[in-house]
Amino acid sequence: MERMLGYGQAIREALDQALADDPDVIVMGLGVPDPKGVFGSTIGLQERHGVERVFDIPLSENAVTGIALGSATTGLRPVLVHQRVDFALVSFEQIVNQIAKWRFMFDGRLSAPLVIRMVVGRGWGQGPQHSQSLQALFAHVPGLRVIMPTTPSDAKGMLTAAIESDDPVICLEHRWLYNIEDLVPQERYRVPLDRARVVRSGTDVTLVGVSYMTLECLTAAEMLADAGVSAEVVDLRSIRPLDIDTIRESVERTGRLVVVDNAHVVGGVSAEITAAVLERSFASLLASPVRMGFPDHPTPTSPALADGYYPLPEDIAARTAAVVGRPAAFTPAERGERRLDQPDTSYQGPF
Amino acid sequence: MDQSALRQDLLRSMLRIRMVEEAVADLYPEQEMRCPVHLSIGQEAPAAGVCSALANGDQVVSGHRSHAHYLARGGDLARMLAEFYGKATGCTGGLGGSMHLTDPEAGFLAATPIVGSSIPVGVGAALTARNRGEDRVVVVFLGDGAMETGILHESINFAVVHRLPVMFCCENNLYSVYSPMSVRQPPDRSIVEVAAGHGIRTWSGDGNDAEEVAGLAEDAVQAIRLGSGPAFLEFSTYRWREHCGPYYDNDLGYRTQEEFESWRDSDPIEILARREGWPDREQVALDIAEEIRAAVEFARSSPFPVSDSMRSTLVPSS
Repeated sequence: MERMLGYGQAIREALDQALADDPDVIVMGLGVPDPKGVFGSTIGLQERHGVERVFDIPLSENAVTGIALGSATTGLRPVLVHQRVDFALVSFEQIVNQIAKWRFMFDGRLSAPLVIRMVVGRGWGQGPQHSQSLQALFAHVPGLRVIMPTTPSDAKGMLTAAIESDDPVICLEHRWLYNIEDLVPQERYRVPLDRARVVRSGTDVTLVGVSYMTLECLTAAEMLADAGVSAEVVDLRSIRPLDIDTIRESVERTGRLVVVDNAHVVGGVSAEITAAVLERSFASLLASPVRMGFPDHPTPTSPALADGYYPLPEDIAARTAAVVGRPAAFTPAERGERRLDQPDTSYQGPF
Repeated sequence: MDQSALRQDLLRSMLRIRMVEEAVADLYPEQEMRCPVHLSIGQEAPAAGVCSALANGDQVVSGHRSHAHYLARGGDLARMLAEFYGKATGCTGGLGGSMHLTDPEAGFLAATPIVGSSIPVGVGAALTARNRGEDRVVVVFLGDGAMETGILHESINFAVVHRLPVMFCCENNLYSVYSPMSVRQPPDRSIVEVAAGHGIRTWSGDGNDAEEVAGLAEDAVQAIRLGSGPAFLEFSTYRWREHCGPYYDNDLGYRTQEEFESWRDSDPIEILARREGWPDREQVALDIAEEIRAAVEFARSSPFPVSDSMRSTLVPSS
């Protein structure tokens, strides 16, 4: 049975079903059992599954990440939750030195089947230390899987697969995705951790979106359609490994590539995607690839400054139209009085 | 076990560690063991004593200076030496080297060398024991340097909050590489008192007296098994050779020859041998020498790994 669920509800259902299915699954993190339940994604889980399996933690992200590793390598399946990616940085040592190398450096005699959920912030003045989007940092390290599900149905299916995976998985969840709803199956299901998805078909250009930027790309594709440009939109979903084959298959049909990352452009995932396409599908390209993302400075706090920080659908549409050789200006539809530091509530599934 | 049998076991365990490490030191200059080695010569007693208090199913986690812990816990000697030689038969298949030892079947879970970094892994193993209702004590070996890392304090705090069955064993050998305690920790501040500030039960003792170590560890392990929560033990001891490598380095001047000699005079093996008397010492040494000879032969004659062997260890797993 499918019904409309929010992103947080979908994640909560994935966790609830995993906890019910496997007594070794545990969920821990700052605020996990609190009344807000990490944007609704963990509400009620402690009541249902007990304080030994779902619990709050001391403000010790580094040690708790190592504790998650120690529990994982001895049989548990921990899910560690951070309300912001930024908080996980104090545990980078454990993630990079230990978790990512655990199976390798012990020759497969030990493994680290764990999931670390991290929420990417945006807007309402969260500024330099509450709205980083650091998928490229994690994706640089061999030994990790990195996923960024965009839709609630993918969030549930990919998180379910991540918990069952014998690999360590970093799951990055954009805060604004918590405002969208989608058709989500009630039963347990798995969505592959290494597959991009074509979410809109087109013939003139391939737009690759990362996380929330996929939604902005879909809006841009609507604008472009009005201007006579047919844009295909690919939701990247998996950051590591990259599903380059799906992207190449699309680009080899459209001849054009625009990557819109939810992160800084410099040294980012968009560079990796572009390089891989250039290396392997150069002859198919009709135009230079374009990369879009955050400017090369930290996120400012004031709405007056933050408004210009993020690529908007009209920006994506304009860059894309130029790539296709039909330059045009685009004006946002029905944005009305909405300030840009709050999410677009019109974004709703099913996707 | 009666006290005499315990002493014999401790003596044999310490002598075996000593002789293995000396063999490594002797062979190392051949440059066939091409990985850093952090030898445990001089500080065999905490390893032997603590591990004597453990039962089947208990687990041990360690750091960069882990050979003694691995051996005392019953880790496979031949596979350890093969690992030093970078061979396919090594305990981590040539992927880890001396700083990444494991023998899960023997109860030696893992050692990794970044100071402090492996400590929470042991706490996590204890969390598994709690959640699964397994009667298991996890020992985390650490050094005085780890007391200066944040993760040690985070880990103790978590273990106390959750009353986990974990025993932190601090081997205080006074130096972090060449840096003495005086530049790292305030004078006259006790390591166990710092730990006790977290609300953990503490014990401390002479880390060159294996019998004393074994007795303290026995008490602590028993308390943990009775459900009293984690324990922290500090043992004073001394590393005889350089931080990393096979040689003595007192000539560098970071510590005095006199200090070294005073610690060497309290050789943990001789202390216990004098107390117990050790009539069959020669035979025990001969047996160990033969075991080492065979292990070295195994390591030397084993094949090197081929790059295909890494495939099963990679992420994403297939």
